Amino acid sequence: MVATPSPLAARKKVQIEEIAGGVRDRFGPNVLLSPGQGGVTLSISLLEPTTLPPISKMLFWEMGCSFGGIIAEEIQGNWRLSYLFLSSGCGWTEVLVEAPSTTSAFPSISAEVHAADWHEREIEDLFGLRFEGHPRLGDFVLHDQTWPEGVAPHRKLQRKTMDPHRDRLRHRPNPEWRPLLVVQDPGAFAMPVGPVYEGGLGQSVHFLLETVGEDVVRSVPRLFYNFRAVEKIAEGQPVSRALLLAERFAATSSFAHSLAFCFAVERMSGTQVPVRAQNLRILLCELERLRHHAGAITGICESTALSVAASQAAIIEERLLRASCQFSGHRYLFGLNTPGGLRRDFSAESCGELLRAIDRAAAELHTLEDGLYLTSSFLDRLEDVGIVDPEKARDLNFVGPVGRASGQAGDLRRDCPYTGYETYQFRVPQALEGDGYARLRVLFQEAYQSAQLIHQVAKRLEPETISVHCEPPAHGLAFGWAEAPIGGALHWLRLDGSGLVERYRIITASFNNWLGFRVAVEDFAFQDFPIILASFGLSATECDR
Amino acid sequence: MSFWFWRGLQKGVHSTSYPRNPELAAGVTPGRPVATQFSSAQDAALAAQVCPVGAITTQGNSARVNLELCIHCQRCHFGNVPLMNWRSDYEWTTIPATKHKYEPLPQAYKRSLHIIVVDAGDCGACLHEVKQLNNPFYNMHRLGLFFTATPRTADVLLVVGPVTENMRVPLLKSYEAMPSPKRVLAVGACAVSGGIFGQSFVSAGGVSSILPVDLDIPGDPPPPLAILHGLLAVTGRKEPIDHEATAERGA
Repeated sequence: MVATPSPLAARKKVQIEEIAGGVRDRFGPNVLLSPGQGGVTLSISLLEPTTLPPISKMLFWEMGCSFGGIIAEEIQGNWRLSYLFLSSGCGWTEVLVEAPSTTSAFPSISAEVHAADWHEREIEDLFGLRFEGHPRLGDFVLHDQTWPEGVAPHRKLQRKTMDPHRDRLRHRPNPEWRPLLVVQDPGAFAMPVGPVYEGGLGQSVHFLLETVGEDVVRSVPRLFYNFRAVEKIAEGQPVSRALLLAERFAATSSFAHSLAFCFAVERMSGTQVPVRAQNLRILLCELERLRHHAGAITGICESTALSVAASQAAIIEERLLRASCQFSGHRYLFGLNTPGGLRRDFSAESCGELLRAIDRAAAELHTLEDGLYLTSSFLDRLEDVGIVDPEKARDLNFVGPVGRASGQAGDLRRDCPYTGYETYQFRVPQALEGDGYARLRVLFQEAYQSAQLIHQVAKRLEPETISVHCEPPAHGLAFGWAEAPIGGALHWLRLDGSGLVERYRIITASFNNWLGFRVAVEDFAFQDFPIILASFGLSATECDR
Repeated sequence: MSFWFWRGLQKGVHSTSYPRNPELAAGVTPGRPVATQFSSAQDAALAAQVCPVGAITTQGNSARVNLELCIHCQRCHFGNVPLMNWRSDYEWTTIPATKHKYEPLPQAYKRSLHIIVVDAGDCGACLHEVKQLNNPFYNMHRLGLFFTATPRTADVLLVVGPVTENMRVPLLKSYEAMPSPKRVLAVGACAVSGGIFGQSFVSAGGVSSILPVDLDIPGDPPPPLAILHGLLAVTGRKEPIDHEATAERGA
């Protein structure tokens, strides 16, 4: 059922010395290599921004790194662009470009690394930086029908001049605005879906499905309807306040996000978290993953109109929500993480009760899975539908369960272990087909792995303190990561010298995967669209921030 | 397809008997902080201090809670400070402070109420809890409540999220497309008061700055039963509550 990765999809395992050596050989005089800080293993500073595209290409395609994202910062009148690459087993490599703030353009790397496409568009919209060679900039985060050109809200100078009320009223919708349509055949038309659809139960995303009849020829998801500028409103806030934002910007994976944020703070202050807290964090992460996957499976059953199965999956999900609430006091695990550990301890009885709920959920998922695989009308809707082959998945840097269903083995729990995951036994399920069925199988397998991980954790819980004091330093830079249910999340934090947030950057799996979503939709029929959407299980709000 | 038919029957009935009887199952609600008497004014002040959104106000030894601001961060629920009393109820729907009374929809809507939801910058939790109303536990169809595909056939607008700049126009369009009489419900702390996102250059800081809101359902997120209570209050099948009055009775 779960295949081993083919040589094509397998990423080369390289050591950090190999990367450093390779870069030095080829770009010797143009780069400065140093050990990175704040969670980065190797930092490569470029003396000349023009080196950026070839070095990115080398890291991504030759060294087998996956692309983490771009972090743009304005530090003391200088631009600092940090391009993150992850290589399995040896941590994060950062390619650093610095330039005075009068610079208005950088070379684009999205021709070499397609996964950087949206990152560059986002920075162009929010910081007003152009990326030379990028095929399509503009109309991304700030929708052209709502926002005037040249706002660049994330620029430093905007902090003082932006008056929330006046600036909000200044934006008037532009009735002349029309989306860009590409398909030009006779009879071609575009079918708009969203942002309010499925009775509003769908998330706020707008899809423009271009077609000449039966099949979707081109699809462009327009996101950022939920753009709340979390990164900007965190600026100037104390760490405790930013933690609340980290927890609340994407609630279906709130624990993983708050955990990644806490790691950043703990790394900055050099705090060692007690073992009990580390173990309980794994338990809560896996509880969240199990609950999330039960919800994703419910979504897939609903999208194929298999109501009984959908109801049964929904029962499992609601029971897990209730078990989470009984265990932690909140159905979505809010208010548990704090830098230095957890905010509350759990008794042995409540752990026992949780384990019973987990066992029951796992058993019911097994029964449901068996039933689903016997239902050919259901499988027909998933098999060979919404295919992302391993090559495309690699090209677009798919992460999370969606990536793993397309042969991308990446999982931060194993590639870049945190909070003690390296001491646990678990499998990272994979498939190669990249269709809806593969994604469903991966979801089920991951849910079982989570259940067994929770059991492993429960065996190791020793009485101990649950948190240590963690005072964030006044000044610092660090990032934290965690494998959220939808895929890896990165939280990058810089404090400004008085303990307040200077720059907070969140890179989420949904942002990564929405970019490639169109690949799965194009060339499939209209009626497959909701099924593909459900099998991806992406979160718009996690992408939008 | 008889396979799933039998599977369904085997599973039995899971629906709650709410609103006829209260739902007592564990984990259906995170509960809420309620007015608390402390032994000293100092303790009360300490308890109020931990609240990151200023939902707790003190008067001498007692601390009161403005549930409309509460983001369920649990800071006053557990920790090493004087803690507030928590009550695990879920009937939280209330009339916004700016309005004096709520006029329920007429009799004809009582057993057939059509609902549209607009995700106006929600973090996913409130929307997810609204979705749960369709699961077998809450099964809102039995009460004559239905999600409808378009605002043109909707009687009730549920808004989740603080209303982002990019969702302002879709929200207004949805509201204008609805036939009268119609009611607007703000679901969750963000929709009620802006929540943690507050008012900013991209956030209106709550639905009431954009649309006239008829009922508030506070909570971050409000559990499905709290939303159900709000929907029943739309047609007068349940009464909106006054948080302070019920809190004092419970405390």
